[in-house]
Amino acid sequence: MKPQPIVLKVLNVASVLLFLAALGMVFLYAPLEATMNYVQKIFYFHVANAWVGMLGFIAAAVAGVVYLIKHDQKWDIVELAAVEISLVFFIIAIVTGSIWARPSWGAYWTWEPRLTTAAILEMVYIAYLLLRQGLDDPDRRARFSAVYTLIGAISVPITFMSIRLFRTIHPVVIGTNSTASQGNFDMTSKMLATMFFALFTFSVIFVNLFWHRIRLGQLAQQVEQLKLEELQ
Amino acid sequence: MIEYATSIKYMLAGYAVILTVLALYILSLFNRWRNLKRDLQTLKEIQKKD
Repeated sequence: MKPQPIVLKVLNVASVLLFLAALGMVFLYAPLEATMNYVQKIFYFHVANAWVGMLGFIAAAVAGVVYLIKHDQKWDIVELAAVEISLVFFIIAIVTGSIWARPSWGAYWTWEPRLTTAAILEMVYIAYLLLRQGLDDPDRRARFSAVYTLIGAISVPITFMSIRLFRTIHPVVIGTNSTASQGNFDMTSKMLATMFFALFTFSVIFVNLFWHRIRLGQLAQQVEQLKLEELQ
Repeated sequence: MIEYATSIKYMLAGYAVILTVLALYILSLFNRWRNLKRDLQTLKEIQKKD
């Protein structure tokens, strides 16, 4: 396995620095929200995690399409990496949202459209990982996974649009707000800047972890091939 | 309006979750990488002996 390329090393450092800068912006630059005060600060990283989570599920579907066209195992590695990382970011978004909901809505969880579709989305991809483990043949597993991520990706726009299409208590921060929303707030320019900076930061962290996870997948494939050679 | 003490408590819980989950995932990537490197080394040694 080749050592880490310089770009990846730069990305490692950039990810740490951006993360610290984003924390600084959240706690030192963004003003305190009048009604929810400190708990609203969860919002910046909650949205950023949900964003990269959804981005990764779409990336997995794209990798799935490329695999189905090219039948190259490297795209299966890319697809698995995207799903795994997205699951991590998306579970953070769900849990932080739940923590924010407790003081805002009075409950950690409610079966309203956004929370329900988000939970379904997470479970769809947890099932992907479990089902993959049941398939031993690499080609069959890759083909099945590619089709699965394509179908699974349908739940991404449904989750994203749920707060815009249905009556929900979840706030719509950008765009029109539902009158039923609880926990809505108007963002100042400093809040907006912090949100976009957090989105950028988590996008960089996503790319960084994605790259590392792909390298891990390539190493696993190399080990698997050597094991097969030993058995023959 | 949410009380300051309550609000701070939930904010800290939220950030604790973010930092813990991210740290655990990075640790799991590191551990898996280390184990695979060890496996690769062992397999190469076996191949040399053969």
